[in-house]
Amino acid sequence: MRDVLLTVVRGLGFGSVYALLAVSFVIIYKSSKVVSFAQPALMLAGAVLVSYLAGPVGFYLAVPLAAVAIGMLGWGLERTTIRPMIGRPVFVVAIITLGLDIAIRVVVNVFIGPDVRNVGDPWGLSTVSIAGLPVQERYIAMAVVLLVVGAGLFAFFRYSRYGLAMRASSLDQETALVQGVPVGSMTALAWAMAAGIAAVAGAFVGAGGGVDQSTWVIALKALPAIIIGGLDSIGGAVVGGLLVGLVESFFATYQGEYLPWLGQNFALVSPYVLLLVVLLVRPYGLFGTREVERV
Amino acid sequence: MTAVREPSSESPTPTPAPAKGRRPLGRPLLHTAYGQDMALLNTGAKKVSVLVLLVVALLLPFLLEDDLLRLLATGCVLAIGAIGLNLVTGYAGQVSLGHAFFLGIGAYTAAVVSGDPDDDRLWGLGITFLPVWLLAGGLAAALVGLVVAPLASRLRGLYLAIVTLGLVFLGTHVWNEWDAVTGGIGVGRPAADPVLFGVDLSRRSEVFSADQQLYLLMFVLLCVFALLGRNIARSAMGRSFAAVRDRDIAAEVTGVDVRKVKRRAFVISGFYAGCAGALLYSITGYLDPSSFGLLLSVQFVAMVLIGGVSTISGSIMGAFFIALLPRLTRELPEYLPFMSSSATETPNVFQVETLLYGLLIVAFLLLEPRGLFGLWVRIRNYWKAWPFSY
Repeated sequence: MRDVLLTVVRGLGFGSVYALLAVSFVIIYKSSKVVSFAQPALMLAGAVLVSYLAGPVGFYLAVPLAAVAIGMLGWGLERTTIRPMIGRPVFVVAIITLGLDIAIRVVVNVFIGPDVRNVGDPWGLSTVSIAGLPVQERYIAMAVVLLVVGAGLFAFFRYSRYGLAMRASSLDQETALVQGVPVGSMTALAWAMAAGIAAVAGAFVGAGGGVDQSTWVIALKALPAIIIGGLDSIGGAVVGGLLVGLVESFFATYQGEYLPWLGQNFALVSPYVLLLVVLLVRPYGLFGTREVERV
Repeated sequence: MTAVREPSSESPTPTPAPAKGRRPLGRPLLHTAYGQDMALLNTGAKKVSVLVLLVVALLLPFLLEDDLLRLLATGCVLAIGAIGLNLVTGYAGQVSLGHAFFLGIGAYTAAVVSGDPDDDRLWGLGITFLPVWLLAGGLAAALVGLVVAPLASRLRGLYLAIVTLGLVFLGTHVWNEWDAVTGGIGVGRPAADPVLFGVDLSRRSEVFSADQQLYLLMFVLLCVFALLGRNIARSAMGRSFAAVRDRDIAAEVTGVDVRKVKRRAFVISGFYAGCAGALLYSITGYLDPSSFGLLLSVQFVAMVLIGGVSTISGSIMGAFFIALLPRLTRELPEYLPFMSSSATETPNVFQVETLLYGLLIVAFLLLEPRGLFGLWVRIRNYWKAWPFSY
């Protein structure tokens, strides 16, 4: 029982980070109908920036600063490479983001160097005892960040003018334009927000273990999450992210014991198995909108 | 796609067009029959240039250094893989980021078929005859393509891209863990031996060096696969691919069996990828499970996009471009003194190389979406109309 609970806590902790990443994918998808393969690079860039800033200004200030900086980077990317591609097939734009991802990661890797970089988080691997369970503090921090960012996003989309404008332009760009919504700026804003959220997620991916040149792969685990949740549902992304975290955590704990023939580290690829299973049953994810097709 | 022609009351039954129309004298570019338009070499210039290219390519082994020939041989094999990806992604419009997975299946099947049967660490059947392991690799990957294809008929666009991306990760996991086939992480295994009629082409013979033989072998194979690809593209199958790509529902309405077309596209693409995988590592003679990661898939996507989407010649150009890119970046330290050729210093040529993959994809998509083939078309059209602007 204790094992099960600890597994659940770890799953929800990492699941929160996956959920954050998934939210960043979904925000971009809703604004420009593109799955941004640049998110891994933006996440890594955020984590590295935090690792450099945490020394001088402290971790708590470094995270928002990095989020703003990477947000600006996301804004710049949208302006320079995504904006000229409006009206072109989404596949082409997705491949452009793939190219951006590769290019940015080369630059970021230079700043990481060959070793693991500590992001300077205050938690490390220390634990706190909750009802007799030794829960790692970083899992609590991850969950709290998801709650804070999620609540902030909810309030933003529900109550602010810009949130309303963004929802309008994702619903129907032309109609939104007619109503005076600057759709282009909203897309840029979406990219900036998504990049910022990815940077925050990056800081928490690095919490406890630090980041190295291969950490970017973690961001791709958000892809199963958004597919499971449906590409255009933020709530679905959160559920999908937590689900992916739980599945991965349970495989990490129990697969070696019950399914040893799947090999070591199967937990790392288990989200993709989950992805295949979900898509075979529900092609548009659990919460996605079914596309209505016409010729 | 069946050609049912019902007699209509309004128009008289059309007279069947002559199967092979005659070109009017002095108008070599005027096509009077569909067959002429769809011919493999439909203009005189193409006939001449293809002939020249063939002759030059066959002369190259006697003109170039061995290391460059090896690079060109790799380019030929990459081109086979790129044609495969172009058929499924460019012609049939089914975005696949899982090409590396199919390459891996082909490479390992071939390695197992050709492997040493006495080795108790690795599986091996000991059949080193090239056509056998090549076909085995291709067919194994095609079979997996058949298994994956139902996913494509349920999913579209980016959903499919993400699922195929997942396949790469699952594949990498399998390669890392299945020691009996792959040798395991960091150990690897010998790849298939290119033996043809008792001659091991990867060893120096009396007449040719190993690289000359490999280049000629890969070049001939590329010609076969390219011709096959071109014929698929210009036949009914290619047209049904294009119909599904352009609008699958419209294709279905006009009588194209979309599921069948997608299945065919994945099977053919898998076959190409499997063959390319089997051949690619027989050049270096060694394969490591970490080779079949996302970067390999991205490289193939880059070949297709840089070369030109839905063109066979473009795929070949793109493949050679990507194959020769490392060679070009290796030259950089001579011209840029701050550039290092050692992997541990910064900035080094390997970083530049990876950066270029990324930036070139972005630049080509932004500036010339038709890729190198598009650049060629521009040049051709300029000179066709010269000295007029159009």
